[in-house]
Amino acid sequence: MESKVEFRPAPLRVPEGEPFRLSDAALAEIERLAPRYATRAALLLPALWMVQRQQGYISEASMRHVAAVLGVSPVKVYSVVTFYHMYHESPPGRWNIQVCHNLSCSLLGAEKLLDLLHAKLGVGEDEPTADGRFMIQRVECLGACEHAPVCQINDDFVFDVTPKDLERKLDELK
Amino acid sequence: MADVILTSRFATKDSHTLASYVADGGYGAAKKALAMTPEQVLEEVKKSGLRGRGGAGFPTGMKWGFIPKSDKPVYLCINADESEPGTFKDRYLMDLDPHLLIEGIIISCWAIRSHDCYIYIRGEYHSTYDVMQKALDEAYAAGYLGDDVAGTGFRLHCTMHKGAGAYICGEETGLIESLEGKKGEPRIKPPFPAIVGLFGCPTIVNNVETITCVPWIIEHGGEAYAKIGVGKSTGTKLWCVSGHVKKPGLLELPLGLPFKTMLEEHCGGMRDPKRPLKAVIPGGSSVPVLTAAEMMDCNLDYESIAAKGSMLGSAGMIVIEEGTCMVWTLAILTRFYADESCGQCTPCREGTSWVNDILWRIERGGATPKDIDLLHNLCDNMMGKTICVLADACVMPVRSFLEKFGAEFQAHFEHGSCPQAEPVHI
Ligand SMILES: Cc1cc2nc3c(=O)[nH]c(=O)nc-3n(C[C@H](O)[C@H](O)[C@H](O)COP(=O)(O)O)c2cc1C
Ligand code: SF4
Ligand code: FES
Repeated sequence: MESKVEFRPAPLRVPEGEPFRLSDAALAEIERLAPRYATRAALLLPALWMVQRQQGYISEASMRHVAAVLGVSPVKVYSVVTFYHMYHESPPGRWNIQVCHNLSCSLLGAEKLLDLLHAKLGVGEDEPTADGRFMIQRVECLGACEHAPVCQINDDFVFDVTPKDLERKLDELK
Repeated sequence: MADVILTSRFATKDSHTLASYVADGGYGAAKKALAMTPEQVLEEVKKSGLRGRGGAGFPTGMKWGFIPKSDKPVYLCINADESEPGTFKDRYLMDLDPHLLIEGIIISCWAIRSHDCYIYIRGEYHSTYDVMQKALDEAYAAGYLGDDVAGTGFRLHCTMHKGAGAYICGEETGLIESLEGKKGEPRIKPPFPAIVGLFGCPTIVNNVETITCVPWIIEHGGEAYAKIGVGKSTGTKLWCVSGHVKKPGLLELPLGLPFKTMLEEHCGGMRDPKRPLKAVIPGGSSVPVLTAAEMMDCNLDYESIAAKGSMLGSAGMIVIEEGTCMVWTLAILTRFYADESCGQCTPCREGTSWVNDILWRIERGGATPKDIDLLHNLCDNMMGKTICVLADACVMPVRSFLEKFGAEFQAHFEHGSCPQAEPVHI
């Protein structure tokens, strides 16, 4: 009997990571935005995006730093980081290949793309390849269903994806 | 031409720039509105009959009218979270006509006396975020935003705010919590956001498409807008068509057109003539499915779709051809809710994943006909018993699939798992 639970596994612990400080430019950007919000805590999501841009993921050290900058408790930062799917709690691959597996994309071949990726890269979901080049993620509807099946590679959409396109991408991306 | 209001500039070169927008008469409606009183603007929007395009279809003017008179700041939040499966209209609006949204924001904020607007955009829309931010910068530089909007002394600030991948932040109180820097856990209502919203202050949350309708309404008058469409479904509507049609994509049509016309004339029909239409999910994945027979004589407006037992919702229309396994389809639909439940309410947190588990079991093997009773039982214990309607959004597809495609579930039990070699033709 196969009853596969289809959730993304949540890591039990977030790596401590290197000592972390937001760049001066990021800290200045936080202070520029602060007057736009009634509380500093409201800047938590923007600040976490800045951390992820700087370091690629959100380590425990960076959570403590953000907590101090915004005057909120570290555990609150942790609860927010783990709630949202797009924050990485450990380093992702250099190229994070996100395949939409919602209905419109599944109707037009999303599972075939995922099968191909797993076969080619030899890893499961959410685990970077040994060389750190790629990671495969299943994601929900990306809001581009007219171009199904759809992927995002890092921040960029790839529309109307065929297995051939994907194979070519895997060769191109270093 | 009245039958395209929102997409009329999409084909224009550099339609996203301020120069192009102004050359087409842009920001004229904002200037007109700022010369009216807020009450007059509100009255026009009420007269237009405009209904929220985010899914619930609530009359926009009426919602704005709920803002109490007080000294507290009033906030406008633009819901650009666009995460309802099958929906992609707000992406086009922001990519191709960001200044139309900004002009709508100026007029709307004037009407509700708000000085601060946030555009809460889903995290995955990276390039759309950049387009919107650039348009905001242009609007600030040209004096359409800031401390003195268009020289009228009206102060209005507008800020982009990026989500981080959570469907539930599209629910308006989840959005507000997220904006406050928290997990996007919906709040118990009442109080409604118009009374107690962002930072404890009166707040209006409106969908992108709703707000982009406002400049036309001010320019041409609420009555002119109400003349488009049918009955209480006024105006035009953006439809997001995906799935097994020949030409998927975004369409702007006056409300009330027959589905058959849309399918045959605008979408080029089904992609494979050997596989006719089987079913349609008309309003994003959270609404009841309709069969081909129900759909082929259905008009596309709020009331007609409701009369068929479904909802217009977000107008994310997913078209499914004959030969697609409906158990597999429902398993994919419910996986989404299991994944996106925020976890506050037990019936939703447990129910969504339990329902999804059962459906994969029916599809892949190991289920018994008793599981159908269990599904019904779970639905009864989820529907209407939770803080927000995400649980209901999972129940509605389940109940409608069981009712309309029950024979396919039986065939799975007889076969032991999916009787088709491939649940879908690719
Ligand atoms: C689970 C859930 C998800 C939602 N997602 C969205 C969304 O992505 N975009 C949106 O505009 N409305 C969404 N809504 C509807 C909002 O709660 C709200 O009704 C809407 O933003 C109001 O704007 P409108 O009156 O202009 O439609 C969602 C509702 C629920 C219950
Ligand atoms: S119904 Fe589900 S998503 Fe909505 S508040 Fe409850 S647990 Fe969260
Ligand atoms: S279902 Fe894949 S982008 Fe919408």
